[in-house]
Amino acid sequence: MDTVVTSASRRSFLKASAAIGGGLAIEFTLPANSLAQSRGVAAGQEVTAWILIYPDERVVVRIARSEMGQGSFTGLPMLVAEELQCDWKNVSAEYASTTEQMKRNRVWGSMSTGGSSSIRTSHEILRRAGATARTMLINAAAQQWNVAASECVAENGVITHAASRRSTTFGKVADAAARLDAPKDVKLKDPKDWKLLGTARKRFDIPDKVTGKQVYGIDVTLPGMLHASVMQSPVFGGKVRSVDSAAAEKIRGVKQIVRLENAVAVVADNWWRANQALKTVKVEWDEAGNSNVSSDSIMALLSAGLDDPAIPNAKKTGDAATALSGAARVMEAEYFTPYLNHATMEPQNCTAWVKGDKVEVWAPTQNAEGTVTEAAKALGVPEINVEFHKMHLGGGFGRRGVVQDFVKLAVLVARQVNTRLDVPVKLTWSREEDIKQGAYRPVSLYRMKAGLDAAGNITAWHSRIAAPSIMLSFQPDRVRNGIDTNALGGFIDMPYTVPNTQVDYSLKQPHVPVTFWRAVAHSQNPFARECFIDEMAHATNKDPVEFRRVILKAGDRNLLVMEAAARAAGWNSPLPAGVHRGIAVQDSYGSYAAAVIELSVSDAGEIDVKRVVVAVDSGYVVNPDSAKAQIESNVVYGLTAALLGEITIKNGRVEQSNFYDYQMLRINRIPKVESVLVPTGGTAWGGFGEPPLSPLAPALCNALFAATGKRIRSLPVKNHDLKQA
Amino acid sequence: MIKLNINGKTHQVDVEPEMPLLWVLRDVLGMTGTKYGCGVAQCGACTVHVNGEAMRSCSVPVAAIEGKKITTIEGLSQNGLHKVQKAWIEHEVPQCGYCQSGMIMAAVNLLERKPNPTDADIDLAMTNICRCGTYVRIRAAIHAAAKA
Ligand code: FES
Ligand code: FES
Repeated sequence: MDTVVTSASRRSFLKASAAIGGGLAIEFTLPANSLAQSRGVAAGQEVTAWILIYPDERVVVRIARSEMGQGSFTGLPMLVAEELQCDWKNVSAEYASTTEQMKRNRVWGSMSTGGSSSIRTSHEILRRAGATARTMLINAAAQQWNVAASECVAENGVITHAASRRSTTFGKVADAAARLDAPKDVKLKDPKDWKLLGTARKRFDIPDKVTGKQVYGIDVTLPGMLHASVMQSPVFGGKVRSVDSAAAEKIRGVKQIVRLENAVAVVADNWWRANQALKTVKVEWDEAGNSNVSSDSIMALLSAGLDDPAIPNAKKTGDAATALSGAARVMEAEYFTPYLNHATMEPQNCTAWVKGDKVEVWAPTQNAEGTVTEAAKALGVPEINVEFHKMHLGGGFGRRGVVQDFVKLAVLVARQVNTRLDVPVKLTWSREEDIKQGAYRPVSLYRMKAGLDAAGNITAWHSRIAAPSIMLSFQPDRVRNGIDTNALGGFIDMPYTVPNTQVDYSLKQPHVPVTFWRAVAHSQNPFARECFIDEMAHATNKDPVEFRRVILKAGDRNLLVMEAAARAAGWNSPLPAGVHRGIAVQDSYGSYAAAVIELSVSDAGEIDVKRVVVAVDSGYVVNPDSAKAQIESNVVYGLTAALLGEITIKNGRVEQSNFYDYQMLRINRIPKVESVLVPTGGTAWGGFGEPPLSPLAPALCNALFAATGKRIRSLPVKNHDLKQA
Repeated sequence: MIKLNINGKTHQVDVEPEMPLLWVLRDVLGMTGTKYGCGVAQCGACTVHVNGEAMRSCSVPVAAIEGKKITTIEGLSQNGLHKVQKAWIEHEVPQCGYCQSGMIMAAVNLLERKPNPTDADIDLAMTNICRCGTYVRIRAAIHAAAKA
């Protein structure tokens, strides 16, 4: 098996294989170095913490972030290789070990994969690592030859001293280079000299993903392993009052019923049996007083927040109230976005094996250090006692980041099992559990008021937003004076030049857990902002592109991407009969994105989205093919949410349970997608995993207005009747 | 004992007749290339071939397919890559990749039935879910594989 997916030091490998008895099943979790050793092949030399170089010229780049489909496992090594000047053919990647991270004073920095940050927050450190290693390799060769390092050059993994016509390879000098001190200062290339960055490179992870060889968290298979299925309190925050598991205990293969404070799990010799048995368990829950909460009561709560005259003010420029009272025309609108589940294709899962005060954990996570912390906290052991194997993810989208509930449950279940049986336990959530026990994209309610002068210029814009705070659940100190600015992106930093603005925010926190969902507030706020702008453009008989052009500053990259998208879409050219278009623009995570959507609506109200053009300025593009894939991905994820996505609450619990009632777009409804990459360089590196999503919902609804004259102010679109009268 | 013919090999499994094929593959035989996504025939992540027909193995009781010829993603690439897998690599289709075993099994079956599928054929046959949104490339790769 060559599917090397997690990393550990040689020492931790030896420990792991001893613990497991050297079983072959564990081999997939071995890093390249351990694999090499287990086969009697020479080990790689660490030339900087990020780079291993082997005698056979292979270069293994250590990855601190997670591969969840976005291409980091290939994009991050490209940053290293650009400066290292090795042969790209020899490069591969492995995850950095969390145990080594702890022992080595967090040498790999952040291991968190969220906020579209993998490349934009580590490009410099990785390029530096590449340049540092190259310098060390050159120095080692120069020492062996007794020549000045400045006379040597490295290209494609070969170091040459032209004057003496000598050459050697990275693989040959790696051992000597690894013993040298790292240079303090290295110079990075001017982007115009890049050879690798900006070129389309094949992703490393793809071959194993077409043969079924890729081992995800849910595929972890260990000798003697047991399987668990779990049921948490259907009403969030509820606790187990009593359990009747008599029927379950009689089911074939069932080993144990585990009762936790807020959940019940059945452990069996395979997952199906565990899950079948779980369905027979009768649990009485203490619903913690939340059994009356419903989508309606949550709406009433948000609405009351907006009615409150004492609503906190988050931002103010000029005097919106006065400007509104003096406006020639005042427009008002209320918008709403629902809770959403991430619905990663791979349900939540985690494998754990508690051995005394130590634990070994396998999980697909966006946040490896967070996983270690969660496991340690749940068991009350020091973090260094957690040996963690990071697995590739079957989708993340924010679900596997800050919230590590799947890890907590798995280690708690394993602890109970491991008091009797010394075997690992893989806890896999059913899809139903995954839908009903999410950490959701928050709901939000908006009331906006805009003042226009006689010429149709916006003079004032007052936005009131009521929404739960994500920060409140894990970094409450980030909520100041009742305001979580994270919920207000797109409003408090609005690029439009409106002289008088006011943004108020009412923090309302129902019992439904919330977390980051792809693009976070930028998945919802742009819907309200960019549709309201469209309303103003139509009300004043202006073209939506022209209307925005007037209120965007010259040089604003929002303007640049809007124009790039409009140009690529042929905004000013006529459309075929029955086809209509809409546009929207939004910046987020350091990048700027605009979308033009073309669609038609049948007399019966059926929507046919035909074409989506998305332009993105991310400063730089590392792997253009991955960038385009992210645009395509965001189009599907964003349109799915806008057209179909909603999680609703009744009796304190989620009403949806699987893909038949939490629906997804399938291939038959996917439009043509055109990606327009317009990186403007400079010093700013923007993200790519989320920014393309932001303009999609508003561009869609603006196109629907153009098609039907109906203004959609609440998502999802499926709840609106678009039948032509 | 239930006798199963999987990828040309015979396996004897001692399981309940109603146990879905998916879990026999994954948890009894350790063949994890076939994925669990929903368990209710909605997503297609578990797609395999039974006597040359694409089936959602999460909803096929193992007793119903005793003696039939089962092919999984692992069996598709036993002797080098299938042209669909090659097209998938060429078009860089997978993102997270979790749905792709099922997608590929569905696409192979489509091409067996319709060597030159139209877009409408693809819409009809490829009803699997991909949360990463690789549909655009799936369509392109199927057309490319048809020409290969
Ligand atoms: S797991 Fe079988 S269709 Fe979803
Ligand atoms: S590639 Fe991730 S679900 Fe399809």
